[in-house]
Amino acid sequence: MMNDKQPLINYVIALGDDSMILGQRLSEWCYHGPFLEEDLAITNVALDFIGRAQMFYEYASKLEEGARSADDIAFLRDTRDYRNLLIVELPVGDFAFTMARQLIVDLFNQLYLGQLAKSADPTLAAIAVKALKETDYHLRRSHDWVLRLGDGTDESHQRIQQGFDQLWGYVSELFVMTADESQLLAEKISVDRSALRDDWDTQLNSLLNEATLLRPDTDWQLSGGREGLHTEHHGHLLAEMQFIQRAYPGLKW
Amino acid sequence: MTDKQAKPALLFEVFIRSKRGLDHKHVGSLHAQDAEQALEYARDCYTRRSEGVSIWVVNSSDIVASQEEDAASFYDPMEDKPYRHATHYVLPDPVKNM
Repeated sequence: MMNDKQPLINYVIALGDDSMILGQRLSEWCYHGPFLEEDLAITNVALDFIGRAQMFYEYASKLEEGARSADDIAFLRDTRDYRNLLIVELPVGDFAFTMARQLIVDLFNQLYLGQLAKSADPTLAAIAVKALKETDYHLRRSHDWVLRLGDGTDESHQRIQQGFDQLWGYVSELFVMTADESQLLAEKISVDRSALRDDWDTQLNSLLNEATLLRPDTDWQLSGGREGLHTEHHGHLLAEMQFIQRAYPGLKW
Repeated sequence: MTDKQAKPALLFEVFIRSKRGLDHKHVGSLHAQDAEQALEYARDCYTRRSEGVSIWVVNSSDIVASQEEDAASFYDPMEDKPYRHATHYVLPDPVKNM
C-alpha cells in the first residue's frame, strides 16, 4: 500500500492517534468524575477528541482510497502500529494528574492547530479550524483547574504539582519532528513542532507561577510513540477500546 | 500557600436564551465553586445540542421568591380589576385598528 501519499497518510494517522488515545483515556472518567457537572464536562471533552480522531481517520481512509475505513484504522491496529505520543496514553491517574496532562496538551494544541489551520492541505486546515474552537474551550477548563488546584488546599496543591512532576519526562516528545513531518513541512502541509517550544514554555511558566506551582526539573525524557514504541499501558488501553470489534468483527453501532 | 480549606460548592440557577430576540428561560440548576465555573458547566450541562446563544447564571441564594401561602394577597386582588385589561374597553366604531 506504499504510495507517494504515504508520508501524508502516516502524518494524518499519527495526529488521529493522539486524539483517539487521549479521548479514550478521558472517557474513563465517565461516571467517575469528582461531581456530576464535571463528569459531564470532562466526557464532553473526551467526545471532542474522539470526534477529532474520526475526522483525521476519515481523511486517511480517503487518502488510502478506502483500503481501510476510519473504523478499521481505529479498531484493527495493534499497539506497534499506533503512532500516538506517549503522554496521551499514560493512565488517567487522579483528577489532578488528568488536568495537568490536559493543560500540557491543550496549550500545545492551541499553538499547533493555529499553525495547522494555515496548512497548504485544505482538509487538514479545515479540521484544524474546527478543532481550534474546541481547544480554546478545553484550555480554558484545564487552565482554570490548574489554578484552582495549584492555589487551592495543601492537598490539591501537592497533587497537581505531583501530576506535573510525573508528566514532565513526556513533554519533550511533543516538540520532536518525525521524518514524515519534516518532509511535509517543506510542502507547507505540516507544522514545525520544534518552533512552538518557546511560546509553550512562556505560557506554561506564567501559568505555573500564577498557580503557585514549580516548573518540574526532570532530567529524563522519553520518546518512541511515533515509532510505535509505547509504554506498557498502551496494550491494555487498546484491549478495552477494541474489544467489541475484536470479539464481533464488523459489528455496527 | 496557606492552609486553605476546600470551599463547599454553591448552587446556581441557569437561564438560557435559545434565540436572539427571545427571553432567557430558566432551564435548571447546577453546583459550581463560583460564577465563572458555573457558566462553563452550564455550557456543558445545558447547551450540548446547541440550545443557546446566551447564558445567565445566578446564585440561587440571590433569588427572592414569592411564597405560595402569600398567593391570596399577591394575586387575588387583581381578579376584580378587569379594567386593567385592554379587552375591558369597548372601542368606538371609528377606531378600526388599535
